Amino acid sequence: MANQLQQLLGQFLPEPFDWLVLTVLQIVALIICVILCVAYLTLAERKVIGYMQSRIGPNRVGPGGFLQPFADVIKLMLKEVIVPNRSNSFLFVVAPLLAIVPALATWAVIPLFPGFVIADINAGLLYVLALTSLGVYGILLAGWATNSKYALLGAMRSAAQIVAYEIAMGFALVGVLMASGSLNLGDIIEAQSGGVSNWFAIWLFPLFIVYFISGVAETNRAPFDVAEGESEIVAGFHVEYSGIAFAVFFLAEYANIILIAALTSVMFCGGWESPFAGWEFLQGTVFAVIANPSLAWFAVKIAFFLFCFLWFRATFPRYRYDQIMRLGWKIFIPVTIVWIVVECGMLLLKIGPWGTVL
Amino acid sequence: MAEQIIFYAFSCLLIIAALGVVVSRNPINAVMSLVLCFVTSAAIWLLLEAEFLAMILVLVYVGAVMVLFVFVVMMQDIESATLSARFAPNVWPGLVVGAISLAELLVVVWVRREGLPIAAVPEPHPADYSNTLELGKILYTQYVYAFELAAFLLLLAIVAAIVLTMRERPGLKKQNISQQVSVRKEDRVRVVKMEPESDA
Repeated sequence: MANQLQQLLGQFLPEPFDWLVLTVLQIVALIICVILCVAYLTLAERKVIGYMQSRIGPNRVGPGGFLQPFADVIKLMLKEVIVPNRSNSFLFVVAPLLAIVPALATWAVIPLFPGFVIADINAGLLYVLALTSLGVYGILLAGWATNSKYALLGAMRSAAQIVAYEIAMGFALVGVLMASGSLNLGDIIEAQSGGVSNWFAIWLFPLFIVYFISGVAETNRAPFDVAEGESEIVAGFHVEYSGIAFAVFFLAEYANIILIAALTSVMFCGGWESPFAGWEFLQGTVFAVIANPSLAWFAVKIAFFLFCFLWFRATFPRYRYDQIMRLGWKIFIPVTIVWIVVECGMLLLKIGPWGTVL
Repeated sequence: MAEQIIFYAFSCLLIIAALGVVVSRNPINAVMSLVLCFVTSAAIWLLLEAEFLAMILVLVYVGAVMVLFVFVVMMQDIESATLSARFAPNVWPGLVVGAISLAELLVVVWVRREGLPIAAVPEPHPADYSNTLELGKILYTQYVYAFELAAFLLLLAIVAAIVLTMRERPGLKKQNISQQVSVRKEDRVRVVKMEPESDA
C-alpha cells in the first residue's frame, strides 16, 4: 500500500519530496492511532477497574460512556494552565513536551504488520533503549521546575526507580538479542515465526517476566506508582500542573504504557505472528486465516498486555519504596544475568528454535 | 547537499548548546544544555555512519550519567549558588585548555587542507551494513583480551566504590527485608478460639 501511495505521490512531486510527504503522512497516521488508543485506554481503565470493584464505571457521556474520553479532553483543554509564581516557567512548560516526545518517537521503529515500519533501521533495539531512557527527563524537570517539595520528592523517586529498572530491562533485551541474532525489530519478530512454541516468551520466560514487570515500574504504574503516591505526596511530580499541560503528562504516561505493551509483544510474543502458524491441519479450512501473520494478532497481544496493566492496578497494593529498589537491584538483575548464562548454554547445545544463529 | 544542511544545522545547535553550558547561570539550565550537546553530537555521529556509537552516547551519557548529574544538581540550593563569583579563579586553566583544544582543531583543519592520506574520506557503506555487527565481531575476536580486561577493571572499580562508601555506623537499626517479605500469616496472627460469653 505504501508503494502504491508513493507512486501516486511521485506523479506530481519531485524525487526526494514524495518520500518526505509519504513519511510525514505515515507518522501523522500512526500518532493519531496512538492518541486514539490512549483515549480509549483511559476509558477501558475506568471500566475494567470499575467492574473489578463491582461498579459500572463511566456510563453517562454517549452510548455506554463511549464518548467519555472526548469529554475529558475538552474539559482539560478549556481549563487554565497555571504556572506557579516562583517556578522556572520555561522548564515548567518544556517538561511535558520532553515526556511526550520519546513516548511517540519510539513508535518509528516498531513494525506493525508484515512489511510496514516507518524507519527500518538495523539498530532498532538500541534506538528503543536510547529513547526510552530519555523519558525520565520530563518527570525530573517537571519536579524541579515546579519548585515544590512534593513535586521534587516525586521526581526523585521516579528517577531512581527508572534508572534501577532500566538496567534489568536492558539485560532482558540482551537475551532477546542473543536469541534473534539481530537488533532489527522486524528480524526479531521473524526469528519467532512458526507458532507459539517458537516465541521467546517460552524460551526466555524469566526474561519475559522481568521485562514486563520492569516495564510496569518504568511507566510508574501501580503497584510501582510511588512517584505520584497520592496518599503521601499529593500527586508527585505533576502536582502543580493543570489544564492541557497536565493532559500532556497523562498522554505521555498512557502512550508509554501502550509502547511497553507493544514492545513486550514484539520482543517476546512474536509481534504480528500468529500463535497457530505451525498448525498444518488449519490449511484449506475457513480457519486458515487465523494462522496468517497480521495486524490483528499484534493488536490482540497489545490489548492483552494493556489489560494486565489495568489488572495489576486493581489487584495489588502499592509497594513500599525500599522494596521496589530491592526488587529491581537485588532480584531482577541477578535473575536476568543467570538466565543469559543459561541461554548461552542453550545456544551452544543448540537447544531451542534458534539453533541456526551461531 | 541535504547532508550538508543537516550537518550545519546540528553543528550550530551544538555550538549554541555548548555555549549554554558555560554561560548559563542556573546549574539546571547548564546541565540541560549539556544534554542537548550530547544529543546533537549523537546526531552528527549518525551522519558519519557511526550509529552504534551515537545510540550508545544517548543511552549511556544522556540516559544514565546525566540523569545522575541532574539528580545531584537538583539537590543544591540554587538561590545561594552564585556561579559568577566562582568563575574568576578558573579563568587561567580554562584558557589553557581552550587554547590546546583550539590548536588540536587547527591541526585537523591543516591536515584536511594539505590533503594528507590519513584524512581521506572513506567510502560510504551500503544501507544494510551493520556497524554494530562489525564492531562486535572485532571486539570479541581480535581485541577480546583487551575488552575482557577493560570489563574486569570496571567491575573492580564498581566493587571498590561500593566498599569505600559503605560505612557501618554503630547503633544503626536495619530492616531485614527478605525476612519481612517472606513472613507468613502464621508468624503474625494467632487465632484464639473461645466460647461465646453472652447468656442471651
